[in-house]
Amino acid sequence: MNLFHQPGWLQHRRDFLGAASQGLGAAALATLFNPQLWASTTDPEKHPWPAALSTLHYTPRAKSVIFLCMAGGPSHLETLDHKPKLAEMDGQPMPASLTEGQPIAQLQNRELRCMAPQHPFKRWGESGQEMCKAFPHIGSIADDICIVRSMQTEAINHDPAHTFMNTGTTISGRPSMGSWLLYGLGSECDDLPGFVVMTSVGGGQNQPIASRQWHSGFLPSRYQGVPFHAQGDPVLYVRSPRGVSDSQQRDVVDTVQQLSRWHGQAVEHPEIAARISQYEMAFRMQTSVPDLMDLSDEPEHVLDMYGTRGGDGSFASNCLLARRLVQRGVRFVQLYHRGWDHHGNVKGGIEVVSRLVDQGTAALIKDLKQQGMLDDTLVIWGGEFGRTPMAQGTGRDHHIRGFSLWMAGGGIQPGITYGATDELGYNAIEDPIHVHDLHATILYLMGIDHTRLTVRHQGRDFRLTDVFGHVVHDIIA
Amino acid sequence: MRSLTRSRGLWFINFGVAIIAVISMTHQSAANEETIDYNRDIRPILSNSCYACHGPDTEDQRGGLRLDLRESAVDQSGVIVPGHPEDSRLMGRITSDMTFLKMPPPDSNRPELTEAQIDLIRRWIAEGAEFDEHWAYTELSRPAVPEVSDDRWVRNPIDAFIAARLQQAGVEPADEADRRTLIRRLAFDLTGMPPDPEQVDAFLADSSEDAYSRLVEHFLSDPRYGERMAQYWLDLVRYADSIGYHSDNPREVSMYRDYVIRAFNDNLPFDRFTIEQIAGDLLPDAGWEQLVASGYNMLLQTTEEGGAQPKEYEAKYAADRVRNVSDVWMGVTLACAECHHHKYDPFTIEDFYSMAAFFADIREPAVGRRPQTPVLTPELESKQRELEAAVAEAQQVLDSPTPEWLAAQADWETAMREDGFAEPELGTWHSIGPFTASSFEEAHETSFGPEQELDLKKTYRDGQLKWQAQADWKDGQPISLTGQNAATYLTRTIVVDQAQRLPLRLGSDDSIQVWVNGQRVLEHKVRRAVAPDQERLTIDLQAGENQLLIKITNAGGDKGFYFAVADGGLPAEIASILQTEDDQRDDAQRAALWEYYRSVAPELDQARQRLADAQQTRETFNNNLPVSLVPRTGPPRTTRVLPRGDWLDDSGAVVEPAIPDVLGTLNTNDRRPNRLDLAHWLVAPDNPLVARTMVNRLWMLLFGAGLSRTVEDLGAQGELPTHPDLLDWLASEYIDSGWDTKHLIRLMVHSAAYRQSSLADESLRKRDAENRLLARQARFRLDAEMVRDSMLAISGLLVEQQGGPSVKPYQPAGYWAHLNFPSREWTNDTGVSLYRRGLYTHWQRTFLHPSLLAFDAPSREECTARRPRSNTPQQALVLLNDPTYVEAARVFAERILREGGADDDNQRLDFAFRHALNRTPSSEERQVLSDLQGRHLQEFRQDLPSAKALLSVGDWLRDEDLDPAELASWTSVARVLLNLPETIFRY
Repeated sequence: MNLFHQPGWLQHRRDFLGAASQGLGAAALATLFNPQLWASTTDPEKHPWPAALSTLHYTPRAKSVIFLCMAGGPSHLETLDHKPKLAEMDGQPMPASLTEGQPIAQLQNRELRCMAPQHPFKRWGESGQEMCKAFPHIGSIADDICIVRSMQTEAINHDPAHTFMNTGTTISGRPSMGSWLLYGLGSECDDLPGFVVMTSVGGGQNQPIASRQWHSGFLPSRYQGVPFHAQGDPVLYVRSPRGVSDSQQRDVVDTVQQLSRWHGQAVEHPEIAARISQYEMAFRMQTSVPDLMDLSDEPEHVLDMYGTRGGDGSFASNCLLARRLVQRGVRFVQLYHRGWDHHGNVKGGIEVVSRLVDQGTAALIKDLKQQGMLDDTLVIWGGEFGRTPMAQGTGRDHHIRGFSLWMAGGGIQPGITYGATDELGYNAIEDPIHVHDLHATILYLMGIDHTRLTVRHQGRDFRLTDVFGHVVHDIIA
Repeated sequence: MRSLTRSRGLWFINFGVAIIAVISMTHQSAANEETIDYNRDIRPILSNSCYACHGPDTEDQRGGLRLDLRESAVDQSGVIVPGHPEDSRLMGRITSDMTFLKMPPPDSNRPELTEAQIDLIRRWIAEGAEFDEHWAYTELSRPAVPEVSDDRWVRNPIDAFIAARLQQAGVEPADEADRRTLIRRLAFDLTGMPPDPEQVDAFLADSSEDAYSRLVEHFLSDPRYGERMAQYWLDLVRYADSIGYHSDNPREVSMYRDYVIRAFNDNLPFDRFTIEQIAGDLLPDAGWEQLVASGYNMLLQTTEEGGAQPKEYEAKYAADRVRNVSDVWMGVTLACAECHHHKYDPFTIEDFYSMAAFFADIREPAVGRRPQTPVLTPELESKQRELEAAVAEAQQVLDSPTPEWLAAQADWETAMREDGFAEPELGTWHSIGPFTASSFEEAHETSFGPEQELDLKKTYRDGQLKWQAQADWKDGQPISLTGQNAATYLTRTIVVDQAQRLPLRLGSDDSIQVWVNGQRVLEHKVRRAVAPDQERLTIDLQAGENQLLIKITNAGGDKGFYFAVADGGLPAEIASILQTEDDQRDDAQRAALWEYYRSVAPELDQARQRLADAQQTRETFNNNLPVSLVPRTGPPRTTRVLPRGDWLDDSGAVVEPAIPDVLGTLNTNDRRPNRLDLAHWLVAPDNPLVARTMVNRLWMLLFGAGLSRTVEDLGAQGELPTHPDLLDWLASEYIDSGWDTKHLIRLMVHSAAYRQSSLADESLRKRDAENRLLARQARFRLDAEMVRDSMLAISGLLVEQQGGPSVKPYQPAGYWAHLNFPSREWTNDTGVSLYRRGLYTHWQRTFLHPSLLAFDAPSREECTARRPRSNTPQQALVLLNDPTYVEAARVFAERILREGGADDDNQRLDFAFRHALNRTPSSEERQVLSDLQGRHLQEFRQDLPSAKALLSVGDWLRDEDLDPAELASWTSVARVLLNLPETIFRY
């Protein structure tokens, strides 16, 4: 199967190469023209993240994913899903026909009353997509994004819902979607982790995010997501010990390597060679990570567009770093913004979180587009669930039967809205997309048949989508 | 193949020319001339390719056909016609070219059958299509030890099984490993640490017959053995120091960990070990150790997430317990039957929930903090009895009136009647708050500053909280406070002329706690609106000034409190008795008056103080008892089958506790079976699963892989053991020895198979890449904890102290930034706690210590029977840059300089190698390391501040007597040694 036979694809790849060659080494260059798979030419012993798939199942539309996780559960009713009827019903009892027997979180045993959308909506761009006015920057990229208004998930509390969104199950110990992708496709970058996670806070109560959200589960642990930290070293232990110069560190590593090679010859153990290459990689990371974090090579207008000078741990700064990571061939980048849990004062909370998230998000899309990277970078913006049409005081409770997110780039059809909830924003009634379907679609866009990327564990073949999931072709360009 | 000229090669000759058939060692399927073995050759194919639709799941069965049962597969329909593959419809379907006929169907995602597999099935049908029960479930009977024609290699029965297979395959076992390798291997395998250099010297010099045996005994009796074995067991039972879900708050259960260590060191028989963990609390003679052991039941992940639905979490907990007990003891994946019948093994969804019913007696908050149970060891119990006796004795003094006291009381009564009662003087209220927390519980339970030290001048929360005088607060009416999930403290002084008791009426929204002079006298954790007289209590006041402190904690909504002194200060009952003439009082009134007087009489100050002190000591003692998680039980909850695992669905049948149907039934007559019955069944001599599972895992610890590699799953999808008879023999030996774990380990490490070299020449590596024949030992990287332990041991920093609460060695700041409710920061311990073995590191499930995580330590959210062994750049970064290892290298360098021989670099390198690797360096190694040391010495001489900076990493104070540049240069050498693969590999 020749993946790059399709007209336009090669061209496309060359464009990408032209724009982003600074981060791509010779190894990545070689893989570009390999008909098998991006990273398959890299030697599994040598490459830190070799690919498990030797051929892709489909022509890939995206080569990297940036998942903007709006942690806490953004209210779809104040972001992407306009419900005028809910305004009419403000203060009135929620129809029991909708809520009876449904799981509910903090509103258990309370009276359920409708609450009007707390912010106005408007139509944006040529596509006329309807979105909340509280997010003018995201509004400005309306023509680049596909809004999905019919998401559904299965877990109603943060921890299990995140776990479900990332691993397709609420049971701990399963690989996260970033790990699956890195495992299947490998990474094109050999001096940065192939799966990177960053976090920012502000705008609501900061829900905890467990490291299981980027864990590799039963996949080899090299496929784990690596968190980049805002405080201290961006990657744990990436800095040489105090008082040790770069050349001394190099000297120590060289000596380790020399002794290791002698030992490897003596015991004829292939794993020794693998360890030697990991030490090389580690040493390279000691340089490449600071390079990545150093934004001094970014032009002023780019920094202005994101509204950050970087280095502040803000969401905007993380967005810019996400672009730099993807540019360097990193497969999967996940940015959490932990500020969306608006049980109270959803109106004010949305205003705060918009100030923190809106501009950086839109800048990322515009930047990717300007750099010619949006076409093969899939961007997803959304939370682990939505929020109830019913009031919880001045806020809204967790809600799983219908919520919204948007996607852009990487083969997604821009400027459309897909699916719908009922007129109160409770149930996804038109073209519902389950989290499993989202996973299937992401894998599809990366060239993978979600039913065929499996790993045997405890006697069973596991996959990201368990035994479910359908690719949502309607949103694919 | 090796040379036949070597002496041990002789045994081949009996076989003539060795036949190396074109057989796949990985599948070890039947060679052309062998008869088909159903379990070995056929079941794996059917299970993997066919059972998904034609297997044990009767709810999801296509065409009514089951290929796991002979009566279904071999019936009139002719799917399988024994002896006649050509007439068997199965053959037609699996060989068909037509998409709609082809089995497995191309869209089923089940693996297509290979030519070789089809051929095996054809031959199996031709030979009669015999079915067998799956090997793991079959009755355990001790196989005969095979006769081997040349038994010179054989040291014990284990070797006979291995030799028989080797002879059959025509492969020779490896030579015995050299002594250095042997002692290092034994030390790592049995103690989790490298051997001490002195031990190595002694062993290398010991040429006596039993040197090896004595070494084994030494390691088995070393307390490190229990720690090493516990490390593995804790992975299985998912031991951790935090709850796992959402806030991932800490919990105290280290006594369970210490129980496990003791159990292995004391060689507690494994059946007893099993029973104590699953049902120690139900044993008739349950003592503290059994209670602690039964904490096994509480190790699962739990949640405190607000808004979590109790019913959902009850279902999660039930499933978690079933998964774990079946993973740990049975080696089967019962977890697969939570939503539907098992696809590969004969377990039904009813089996799953019937297992869950065993645990339905455990009472626990589905959402919220688990109560910690104080644990009384015998020493603590006797101490507690002493303290009780002291209280009783002090009480006795107060309870025995003397004539003098009675006279004094008479005077007091007169005075009270005549002069009346002095009003207590109530000071102005002061308040401080709100102290906000993430939850009501937390706010109520947290001991905020004012509770620890009452000082009105102090401020809290960066100066934001200060004490405020509340002159306008009026007693006898509710006062409003503010704060959600927050506590407010109120205090005032009460001055009285003489000691007396003061009756109070209090109200609170929500919970209330009251201290008088630092002693807590009331705690009521409640949610309510404030009202007068919700709490009635009488407090003891000493003559002079008394300090009253009240803590009001509010969840949500309004917050407030109410305070009033009742009856003008003297309890109404006492006032009324005083008004009654002495001869008019009845006995009860006299007693009440005596009791009241006794509580306020100045003459009794000393006696009262003594009692108060004794009570305080007792309370302090009781409050500081070690605690653990111990199941609290009650009448069992109803357990239902949850169709599709859906906790909202109440339509499923109610089930009683039962073991999986296919494995038999428990006979408890009419009594509902409980956890104790389950535990007894697990270790019953006729239960083959537990011994096979455990023996296979012990084998893995000593040989790098199980006899069946899928140590987590011995079911239909698991791997057939390479040496099934050996596994059964060992399992029988385990049971017959009285589940003697040390005996089994002793047996294994004494085998010639264990003592083989792990090096393999190329032909053997090609022939048997995965070492299925066991013609060599395994070599692998050490586990995460052992990496740490080795480094600390080599450097001399290791502090060997067994048990106790978990510790917090260096961890990068901010690593816990993602945690919340409450947000928290890991605080590095100081002193010895920085240098404990890895298994004592605080195990935070959602954010495991990054150095352990990098070396594949599991999060312990679920059972881990087999850790992955990865090789990542993060591991290099940890060993190069983690302060733990930089410090260890520096302290090792200090040792090298102090003990390695003065001013002689060669001797120093010898010392360094002897301690890190138990060998001497080669001349090339010497050269490279001396060069490095020389270069760095020069560089550090020219840059002393950098040298000192490097030497200041870690809390361990540097040896100021040593030249900093020299020490820094040797630190570089030490860092190299600690980073070598040889240091962290076991050969």
